[in-house]
Amino acid sequence: MAKAGDKSSSGGKKSLKRKAAAEELQEAAGAGDGATENGVQPPKAAAFPPGFSISEIKNKQRRHLMFTRWKQQQRKEKLAAKKKLKKEREALGDKAPPKPVPKTIDNQRVYDETTVDPNDEEVAYDEATDEFASYFNKQTSPKILITTSDRPHGRTVRLCEQLSTVIPNSHVYYRRGLALKKIIPQCIARDFTDLIVINEDRKTPNGLILSHLPNGPTAHFKMSSVRLRKEIKRRGKDPTEHIPEIILNNFTTRLGHSIGRMFASLFPHNPQFIGRQVATFHNQRDYIFFRFHRYIFRSEKKVGIQELGPRFTLKLRSLQKGTFDSKYGEYEWVHKPREMDTSRRKFHL
Amino acid sequence: MAAAAARWNHVWVGTETGILKGVNLQRKQAANFTAGGQPRREEAVSALCWGTGGETQILVGCADRTVKHFSTEDGIFQGQRHCPGGEGTFRGLAQADGSLITCVDSGILRVWHDKDKDTSSDPLLELRVGPGVCRMRQDPAHPHVVATGGKENALKIWDLQGSEEPVFRAKNVRNDWLDLRVPIWDQDIQFLPGSQKLVTCTGYHQVRVYDPASPQRRPVLETTYGEYPLTAMTLTPGGNSVIVGNTHGQLAEIDLRQGRLLGCLKGLAGSVRGLQCHPSKPLLASCGLDRVLRIHRIQNPRGLEHKVYLKSQLNCLLLSGRDNWEDEPQEPQEPNKVPLEDTETDELWASLEAAAKRKLSDLEQTQGALQTRRRKKKRPGSTSP
Repeated sequence: MAKAGDKSSSGGKKSLKRKAAAEELQEAAGAGDGATENGVQPPKAAAFPPGFSISEIKNKQRRHLMFTRWKQQQRKEKLAAKKKLKKEREALGDKAPPKPVPKTIDNQRVYDETTVDPNDEEVAYDEATDEFASYFNKQTSPKILITTSDRPHGRTVRLCEQLSTVIPNSHVYYRRGLALKKIIPQCIARDFTDLIVINEDRKTPNGLILSHLPNGPTAHFKMSSVRLRKEIKRRGKDPTEHIPEIILNNFTTRLGHSIGRMFASLFPHNPQFIGRQVATFHNQRDYIFFRFHRYIFRSEKKVGIQELGPRFTLKLRSLQKGTFDSKYGEYEWVHKPREMDTSRRKFHL
Repeated sequence: MAAAAARWNHVWVGTETGILKGVNLQRKQAANFTAGGQPRREEAVSALCWGTGGETQILVGCADRTVKHFSTEDGIFQGQRHCPGGEGTFRGLAQADGSLITCVDSGILRVWHDKDKDTSSDPLLELRVGPGVCRMRQDPAHPHVVATGGKENALKIWDLQGSEEPVFRAKNVRNDWLDLRVPIWDQDIQFLPGSQKLVTCTGYHQVRVYDPASPQRRPVLETTYGEYPLTAMTLTPGGNSVIVGNTHGQLAEIDLRQGRLLGCLKGLAGSVRGLQCHPSKPLLASCGLDRVLRIHRIQNPRGLEHKVYLKSQLNCLLLSGRDNWEDEPQEPQEPNKVPLEDTETDELWASLEAAAKRKLSDLEQTQGALQTRRRKKKRPGSTSP
């Protein structure tokens, strides 16, 4: 029996298929599961009794054969449908309906009720009077302390050094096994506004704790995909001392707003456009991608960018109200995988 | 606007920005009420309790040490009084026989004469309960009995009509297996109905039951839950268990007869700040730092019923204990949610008052509008069948 869409190359296989198909037909007819009319199956058509699926064939080889044949047929049908559609579009010309937008996880995202409406007064008041108010009112300018977990290895140390060139007015200190709860009052006394702790595991940095001082929230992130400067391909020369601009992408929910403001408060207010450097925090699907670039406008519409600086990805694990106190602090948001990650289309930032 | 429907709100929530929110779960609406028209962070609500006369008045304790009176009938703040003395915010607010009991963080417990708009600053009674108070709770059966507890401040029961010394002073448990003193941090206290016992939950994730009637001053029962400080607690309608919440947003029901964990409730993402169970229905209202009010069903089956996003961080809540959660049928009012309504329809509605009462209420409910009131609301004589 000739199966439509038989694309097999070897003749031997073809005959085997035919034989197999014929046997299948007889077997299926013999079994007669759910079939009302078993009768004479036309030898040419591939008619199986209804309710029969390829997965019910017990023999693995034959099952695989039937499946590959079905797959090839599907592919051919799909190609034919595409060609037909394309022809129709060309025939219609301008009057063709617009192309349907393909579904992606991002545009299928479940609407989050905490998405901030820019006209909302209550949220605006909440943000205007939260812990970052003094930064956004230009009363304080950031001073950052960068440190690591105890006894860091080379990668982490180099990441800290590179981060301190990216973030202006930041200082790297070696963590001599000191407790964070003891470091924090000292930082507050010396007018630091933020504390960054890079956590290291098995010689690679894997976590970031960002604590706003004096009494601001503490965010704990998972850090992955860390690339130091020498590992970045086609990079530009080292960044200069100019204050970079900041881009915060896609922080739409209330939680996202808080985190976005936290990142914004790391950098001074007045970006020096002469330096043409920009730090980007891009949020997509709850992952925050950090990149540091130098840009140059070649014409009105064309921009060239060079990636400088380290690059890493962050994922928020928890946001704690108050400075670092993981045991007794109150949490504003905690990531709970079994409760929050049930849907692939629901994101929190 | 929202004033008319304020009496039917099921849950009242106080926020960190000073707004009192009334949530109507039947109509799925939430309304904001502020004393001054604008939210102010200095007026962050730290304590809420029902005032005199059933559930018609709410006492709102704010961070600037004022206690505001809010009327649920009218939906407006009626007055406030300043309660100075001590430092810190209110940790407990209670109302007894026309007097107001307040307790602040530094341990000053004062009883004030409750004249609504009177600003006389002399308390009737003042007690020092010790620094670091986390909660003061009034016994619902005996309004003059209060219990206080806090960080390194053991549980004490005070009788406000009795002497200046506490009636019951709890003793700390024995030293642990390393012979170290067990620290004390009582975060929430509840009186168990039907007996003299009290339950406390601590910041060291313990739940303890004390019995003042028994000769031992140490806890009668002690259990632990989780690894994080327990911040709020409430009694269930059955009376045999409590529900506790911790700083990670985990809610658990703990049986007090055995000290066992009965089950957990999912959903919260932030620290639990307020918990309250309905006195007869198996419903639990919870609010926290994740800015969402949740109503869970505690039994058959256990799960989430309602979830309301309220845009500020929520500090405390009051759940209405009334049995009838449906709205009372509305008075026939001019349905002018849109001010473009013409007067002809007004007259029409007015004339159809008696006959079409039930039809009107259905219509208005389906509109889901927040109506303005022209006339003072009269209690309807008959409810619609």
